[in-house]
Amino acid sequence: MNRPPPAFRHRNHPAWWAFAVHRISGLVLALFLPLHFWALGQAIAGEAALDGFLRWTANPLAKLAETGLVILLAAHLAGGLRILAIEFLPWSPRQKAAVAASAGFAVAAGLLFLFNVGAA
Amino acid sequence: MKAAIEARIWRGGAEGRFETFSVPRRDSQTVLDVVTFVQRRLDPTLSYRYACRVGMCGSCAMTVNGRPRWTCRTHVSRLGEGPLTIEPLANLPRIKDLAVDMVPFFDKWAKAGGRFVPSADAGADFAAVEPASPARREADAGIECIGCAVCYAACDLVSWNPDYLGPAALNRAWTLVSDVRDGGQAERLAAVAGDAGCHACHSQQSCREHCPKSLNPTASIAGLKRAALRAALKGGA
Ligand code: SF4
Ligand code: SF4
Ligand code: FES
Repeated sequence: MNRPPPAFRHRNHPAWWAFAVHRISGLVLALFLPLHFWALGQAIAGEAALDGFLRWTANPLAKLAETGLVILLAAHLAGGLRILAIEFLPWSPRQKAAVAASAGFAVAAGLLFLFNVGAA
Repeated sequence: MKAAIEARIWRGGAEGRFETFSVPRRDSQTVLDVVTFVQRRLDPTLSYRYACRVGMCGSCAMTVNGRPRWTCRTHVSRLGEGPLTIEPLANLPRIKDLAVDMVPFFDKWAKAGGRFVPSADAGADFAAVEPASPARREADAGIECIGCAVCYAACDLVSWNPDYLGPAALNRAWTLVSDVRDGGQAERLAAVAGDAGCHACHSQQSCREHCPKSLNPTASIAGLKRAALRAALKGGA
């Protein structure tokens, strides 16, 4: 007596993956926000503390993580706009293109950020 | 091509196991043909459903290799040479083998206000509905549903919230919201706008991806969301 394995194959299509990215980016951003506010709080607490934190963020690993966050933020924004378009505009048959455009926007935002901080 | 198809078929109800059968390969063979061969020649105790065999009745849907499909119009040759795994539809109670209980699925059609409510008396003249009018086109896009529950089985929201009305029932409601002859609009919008109604849909589009009739419940549900919002802004539903 056993139960069948849950079927995942019916989820393997672009709109489902877009949903998954939207959900996961939302969760990660929610986890990141407290850290973000804490960092802002450091600015109020005094320059020394903020400087210490900013020095820490200057290391390459933190840069990479920040780039990841920018990509997540862009992905979440683009995903939200895509959903609004589905819900409020007449149906477009170009759903795959919309998913691709959202993904492209997120990656482009990440690259821009990376080159900017790299240049700074 | 291998001469025989290895068919792994679910036996039992909620608890059970897969049983493997060897079925001769034929030209133009559908998954339903495979199941029927097993039942007629190998094991008459196998339970499953079908009626029309031509994609009209909506009774033959099963999970084939992990995806919900109408089995009478799914050709085995399109699924590759590997073993065929055939299970009952997901998101519905399993009765026995490949047969699921469709009652929760159709109960939700009723809950979503899926009945036409006449607004005119029986003696009234025919309603004139212009075929090219936007409302008629919206209704047209959704009325070919055969009630197969493929979309319902593919929808994550149904798995997560067993009360969610689901794509087919909401699609049906949308065809009636778009029916200018219908007199039950306020009640229907109230019925579909609840927690388990149209606003619960995440627009994942698995329904649209899998509907064998190429209907688009995601678009119908988006239409309901707009109609419900409009009604709420007007102080209606
Ligand atoms: S679009 Fe909505 S109804 Fe269709 S599968 Fe996704 S969540 Fe379910
Ligand atoms: S909308 Fe499509 S998948 Fe869903 S019940 Fe109707 S025909 Fe089947
Ligand atoms: S048997 Fe009627 S739709 Fe498949």
